[in-house]
Amino acid sequence: MNPTQNPTSGPAPGATAARTPNTLVTPGASPDMTLAAKPTLDPISTRIAVGPLLYYWPRQATLDFYAHLADSPAEIVYLGETVCSRRHELRLDDWLDVAAMLADAGKTAVMSSQALIESESDLKTLRRIVAQADFRVEANDMSAVRLLGEAGRKDWIAGPTLNIFNPATLGLMMEAGATRWVVAPEMSGGAMSALLAEMPARPETEVLAWGRLPLAHSARCFTARHFNLQKDTCEFRCLGMSDGIVLHTREGEPFLTLNGVQTQSARVHNLIADMAQVAHHADIVRISPQGAHTLDVVALFREVLDGRTGADEAFQRSTEWMVERACNGFWHGKPGLEYHAPGCA
Amino acid sequence: MTQQKIELVCPAGSLPALKTAVDHGADCIYVGFKDATNARNFTGLNFDPKAMREGVNYAHARRRKVLLALNTYPQAHNWADWTAAIDRAAEFGIDAVILADPGLMTYAAKTHPQLRLHLSVQGSATSYEAINYYHERFGIQRAVLPRVLALAQVEQVIANTPVEIEVFGFGGLCVMVEGRCALSAYATGESPNCNGACSPGKHVRWEQTPKGMETRLNGILIDRFGDAERAGYPTLCKGRFEVNDETYYALEEPTSLNTIEMLPDLARAGVRAIKIEGRQRSPAYVAQVTKVWRAAIDRVLADADHFTVQPAWMAELDKVSEGRSHTLGAYYRPWK
Repeated sequence: MNPTQNPTSGPAPGATAARTPNTLVTPGASPDMTLAAKPTLDPISTRIAVGPLLYYWPRQATLDFYAHLADSPAEIVYLGETVCSRRHELRLDDWLDVAAMLADAGKTAVMSSQALIESESDLKTLRRIVAQADFRVEANDMSAVRLLGEAGRKDWIAGPTLNIFNPATLGLMMEAGATRWVVAPEMSGGAMSALLAEMPARPETEVLAWGRLPLAHSARCFTARHFNLQKDTCEFRCLGMSDGIVLHTREGEPFLTLNGVQTQSARVHNLIADMAQVAHHADIVRISPQGAHTLDVVALFREVLDGRTGADEAFQRSTEWMVERACNGFWHGKPGLEYHAPGCA
Repeated sequence: MTQQKIELVCPAGSLPALKTAVDHGADCIYVGFKDATNARNFTGLNFDPKAMREGVNYAHARRRKVLLALNTYPQAHNWADWTAAIDRAAEFGIDAVILADPGLMTYAAKTHPQLRLHLSVQGSATSYEAINYYHERFGIQRAVLPRVLALAQVEQVIANTPVEIEVFGFGGLCVMVEGRCALSAYATGESPNCNGACSPGKHVRWEQTPKGMETRLNGILIDRFGDAERAGYPTLCKGRFEVNDETYYALEEPTSLNTIEMLPDLARAGVRAIKIEGRQRSPAYVAQVTKVWRAAIDRVLADADHFTVQPAWMAELDKVSEGRSHTLGAYYRPWK
């Protein structure tokens, strides 16, 4: 699509208004709550988060997207540039303005930090994100963990690139002030629940449930490379590629997506049919923004979580909003690009 | 100014490779156990306890160090395998363990406070703030930098941390930030982070077809080679793909990192160790590469200002390079 158009389609009819969050462990809650596994599923209690925008959209398209999100059933919104420091349609102050707007609309806004920190100027931005006290911070690199610790912040979110794979590491992050962790996308549901079962105190748990999978970061910009440009003089060619550029195998099979220095899956990680299982363990499901229909997707997840739409029907409806075929292999402990019907381990 | 010592850190996937590295002048040899606790978990590779003891004895008798890579991320169900590996490292007299997982660092620091800790490249620490976190929290003494920083950025890291910095000098080039790459997991289900394998051999298929030699990874076509082309291993970031109808190496060419020409700069920047990639390679590779880098480092330590790259060194190194070509990678800004 043309990203200068409105990248969203507005809230779907019948979408519920934002609800009061129902948390298992609220920030600052006593850590002695023993919750080895989440109690019997009350689907309503699982909240929807919209992850940070991974693509580079024009300023107005980005602002419009978040303006629409203010009226959506998403309760948590992650903001900020996490992929490439050269992107500047919105500067940090602009992102903070968006955060304030969403907070006024009753959303919980979170500032996400850049995953790959290379330069002193990257660190400068990071320090500013940590220093602002209005919004919680998603730490996507250990540099952020250190700075948050130094600042005495006790309310941050351990992001999906921190490589938290075992109880000891998750415990360390909680000790350092994390109250929520976003599970690494490559981790299976089984491994995640085994980890949580060993935690003496459970942090809020967030699982990526929709979107192209962020698979890798590099110093190299693959979008610039595609146009025979260097990163330092990239001409911002990723601007306006609302869902990145698809990379196909030489047999024409869509395989990966080039998004600047980030490489994503071509297929769309879609756990909507797995929601019964996911919601059993996750307090929050994350929707990753895409060029179009993000709000439709958010509304559909809310319907499923509220028990208003069944998994099969929801999956069928979701297919028209996917930019590519579905995958969910990671959740099932399989190659990430596979799709497995729910219930098949 | 006196030049600080720069250690040459060489790979060994077997006891013969370890001995070869020692004999050809490596200061440190890094190794792994025969399991998923390290990032080169390949069939037929690595050390069982007997080989490990012998290797450590061989190196120590010649005043060289043995470093153990335990640089994958354990999970709840296999946690005990990793802690047992740390216990064995301490028992065998390993000189340092190379770790990526913070939970495991806690265990090592608590259980074996005398054991020296290095931060693996798989820890993805690209800034001094990240490195200093591991230093303050676990007392790591050295960090291996991911292959993403330009030289000036390496200098900036060194100027702001008490931790010794080790950089990759030569060998297979990860184009992605190490520890942050799930491409192999996406395609095959086996990840560098958790299984210690990238593009693992058991998922590889070579097929001669009318269109040419095709290489596949778990059924996915990674590349196709004409008769005149040398078919390379299907490491998935080094295949040819189609983007907007253009077929090319969309992520990276099959090429090796070779920073030998930057050695004086790296020395001046204060780099304390140069790592050679390739535990999966043969003892012959280890011999060749160790010999050349030993000579080059000795030359730099003697007189960095008059260092010149010997054409014979480059010829030797290119012979064992992936795709028989080399790059400066991210050290050279235009590469990015």
